[in-house]
Amino acid sequence: MTASNGTNGPVLELRGVRKSYGGDVAVENVDLELRNEEFLTFLGPSGSGKTTTLMMVAGLQQPDAGSIRLGGKPVDRLPPYRRDIGMVFQNYALFPHMSVCRNVAFPLEMRGVGKPEIDRQVADVLQLVGLAAMGDRLPRQLSGGQQQRIALARAMVYHPALLLMDEPLGALDKKLREQMQREIKRIHRERRTSVLYVTHDQEEALTMSDRIAVFNKGRIEQIGTPEELYEHPTTRFVADFLGETNFLPGRMGASEKLSCRVHIGNQVFDAQTPAPVAPGTQVVVAVRPERLKVQPVAANGEGLSATLVDIVYLGNARRSVVRLADGRQCSVLQHASQADASRLAPGQALQLSWESRHATVFPDNHT
Amino acid sequence: METDLTRKASNVASAHAIRTDEADAPPALPRRSSAGRMDVRILLLVPALLLLVVAFIGPVGMLLSRAFTHPQIGMQNFVDLWERRGYLQVLWNTITIAAIATPICVLIGFPVAHAMTHGSARLRRWLIFIVLVPFWTSLLVRTFANVILLQRNGPLNAMLVGLGLTAEPLPLLYNITGLLFGAVQVLLPFVIFPLHAAMLRVDPTYMQAALTLGAGPARAFLRVYLPLTMPGLLTGATLVFISTLGYYVTPAMLGGPRQTMIAQLIQDQIAQFGNWGIAGALSLLLLLVSGVMLLLLQLTVGLKTVAR
Amino acid sequence: MKGDGLDRWRIFRGTVCILAALYLIAPLVIVVIISFSAASFLQFPPPGLSLRWYQNLFNSPAWTDSLGVSIKILIPSASIATLLGTAAAVAIVRGRIAGASIIGAALMLPILVPGIITAAALFGVYRGLGLNGTLTGLIIGHVVITMPYVVATVSSALKTMDPRLEDAAATLGAPPFAAFRRVTLPLLAPAILSGLLFAAVASFDELIVSLFVSSARVRPVAVQMWSNIRGDMDPTIAAIASLCFAFALLALLAEMILRRRTGVEPT
Repeated sequence: MTASNGTNGPVLELRGVRKSYGGDVAVENVDLELRNEEFLTFLGPSGSGKTTTLMMVAGLQQPDAGSIRLGGKPVDRLPPYRRDIGMVFQNYALFPHMSVCRNVAFPLEMRGVGKPEIDRQVADVLQLVGLAAMGDRLPRQLSGGQQQRIALARAMVYHPALLLMDEPLGALDKKLREQMQREIKRIHRERRTSVLYVTHDQEEALTMSDRIAVFNKGRIEQIGTPEELYEHPTTRFVADFLGETNFLPGRMGASEKLSCRVHIGNQVFDAQTPAPVAPGTQVVVAVRPERLKVQPVAANGEGLSATLVDIVYLGNARRSVVRLADGRQCSVLQHASQADASRLAPGQALQLSWESRHATVFPDNHT
Repeated sequence: METDLTRKASNVASAHAIRTDEADAPPALPRRSSAGRMDVRILLLVPALLLLVVAFIGPVGMLLSRAFTHPQIGMQNFVDLWERRGYLQVLWNTITIAAIATPICVLIGFPVAHAMTHGSARLRRWLIFIVLVPFWTSLLVRTFANVILLQRNGPLNAMLVGLGLTAEPLPLLYNITGLLFGAVQVLLPFVIFPLHAAMLRVDPTYMQAALTLGAGPARAFLRVYLPLTMPGLLTGATLVFISTLGYYVTPAMLGGPRQTMIAQLIQDQIAQFGNWGIAGALSLLLLLVSGVMLLLLQLTVGLKTVAR
Repeated sequence: MKGDGLDRWRIFRGTVCILAALYLIAPLVIVVIISFSAASFLQFPPPGLSLRWYQNLFNSPAWTDSLGVSIKILIPSASIATLLGTAAAVAIVRGRIAGASIIGAALMLPILVPGIITAAALFGVYRGLGLNGTLTGLIIGHVVITMPYVVATVSSALKTMDPRLEDAAATLGAPPFAAFRRVTLPLLAPAILSGLLFAAVASFDELIVSLFVSSARVRPVAVQMWSNIRGDMDPTIAAIASLCFAFALLALLAEMILRRRTGVEPT
């Protein structure tokens, strides 16, 4: 059964949303859309504004400016209990004095659903989360993972148009977290709900989301699919925050549309540039460790010179730490089979190279 | 659960209990403003505030103002007090008695609070019960019990003589001994609970670190544990001091004429002489001394840590 | 932690605890025993046992009248104090009010300010209003004195309670009053009851304000006890004191059981 919002437009629309506390701007000019049945994640470090934005969508905070629409309807002045949302909190927020059944039945009671129907729906949703037998238990008798699933059940039982999740897995240990991630995805697929998910864990975001909005200092740096964000970051922050990236300092050369040339030392390399940058500007070239190609120094010396410092054994991969001419260090990631084939040794002189499409240039604003 | 009871009792017993709940409360959301919520809440506050202002702040203000207006406007009452040394003597006695009672309470209360914190769970439960029970019993009842206890031929003297500690029954009543005996008994919980709360919050790893760094138990205690519990200690001590200042029943029943305290003086001035001006002036002085102690507490410990 | 310095401390500490326990409890035990004394003077140990003082208590009109007055004061004042105090606590802790902490501190003033000042102040104001010697005057005075206990107890519980629970209720469709009734109130119930009990006990024991405001005909038990003690003491006082003690003990036990029953706070 789908959670349809009855229209074909986006389930959630934020336009120019802004919020500040005293002198500090927590959220600045956020624009986004969440489409029907989409799993959209707000990703960012603490204090980046992602949770505040979620709270504004829930109605637990009020924006200072901008508009919020749920299912096409403006909800700016609507309190949370009149918005068609369900929310899962990080600490579950299960009512300690009510049994699991009563907790899950609560929103249905608020909506005036009749008792037999309540019983049916509660049993249904408990079945969905795999805890059908726990109905009479009290929250404190359940484990963390179980409590989280009940919280999810409670937020979904009344089929809200939008499900909000505020770092729900933060309190769980790694194994449980991964298990819950799979559970949540499964439920998302089965019920086809629209989900707005907040997390600071970029791996979690990459594996679970249809699209990710990366937050930094109150702004959205980039919105896109996990692949778009990972392979084609449009800002340095996104390149840095998602996965691991090497940043090689250089000077901007000529550019044409999205391609460009960069001067590193007295060599020139190819790269991509998402935004126009004036030639001569100090820039950094972002290349992921797995996209750096490493070879022993060859006669034509075309790659970037580096010395191998150390090889870290990662089981299924090897991370080679190399030192560049200017003393900086970079990481190169190779699969076990690649590493075996290249047979590198510490102290060896190497040259690094990459394909143009795997390198992105960003202005160097950092000191 | 015991700690909750302690926390509650501590909050209620002591006017400035240390906030023990900050560590437990979940990370707070930034303060929110949902439409309409603010208005309702203020309404909830109005009746209590109204009562406070009308039935407490107003009347107390009027009493204090009489110091300057009764029988005539001016500082005459304070001049009177200064000239009639007897009254100031009583004030001084009051402060002295408070100053003696406070360290006694701390010295007795500290080991008890320590046992409550670091003893076994069973010991803790018993101690909390033993400290709470008299606390829930009326002051009058306890003071009355002390009168019986401290009499010349009362059980305490009987025991002292019987154990051979003294040859004759000691005069334990209607003097400073009796007064302190009764006062400390009432005041102990006001020291024990804040101290206990403060001790609970001392992370045991600090003491462990001190020991691994070469400090013996005594030095670790003096240099690490004591300073960490100092805020609780000072809070309890200030509370005890201020409470003692206002004592009425205890000195009246257990003390002698030389232990007359300021509350009795105020009562006399009103009930016997109708001297509202002096009564107001004395009340003002009493509040001033209390205020000074609180100020000292604020400067050393900071009232923020002590706020409810 | 090892070392015999530690053992010496433990012995010292244990000794202090035992002596302190005796110090705190002994007087109460003595009072209870004397209440059953057969003699009319305060000899301890009593020469014989009898229930005559309890009988005297319930036969003497002075005592029964004062008990009646105490109850007529206690019930309204504890109720009003609990109502006002709880509302105030909710407003201060959950409401977004400027200067909430100052207001909270102000509400505590009546127990900070020495009782004598409050008593004298009320007495002074009541003179003009003719409230001295009236139940109303006594009730108002008692509410003022006991309300801070309720505010403290309920505030403390509210602060420990997860504020997200109310947020969750809101996102689940509960309007503010429903959320309060279904979520906040049940979780606060132990604290509110606790505050009520505290207010009741405090009202019953209250002496100073009652001393000033009472009259010969309208006086609560505490004042009756006081005049008795100042006059001719006999073990009737011990009897009423024992009953007060029993009442306080019951209240304390009830409070502790309540906490365990509702089990809202996990260990």
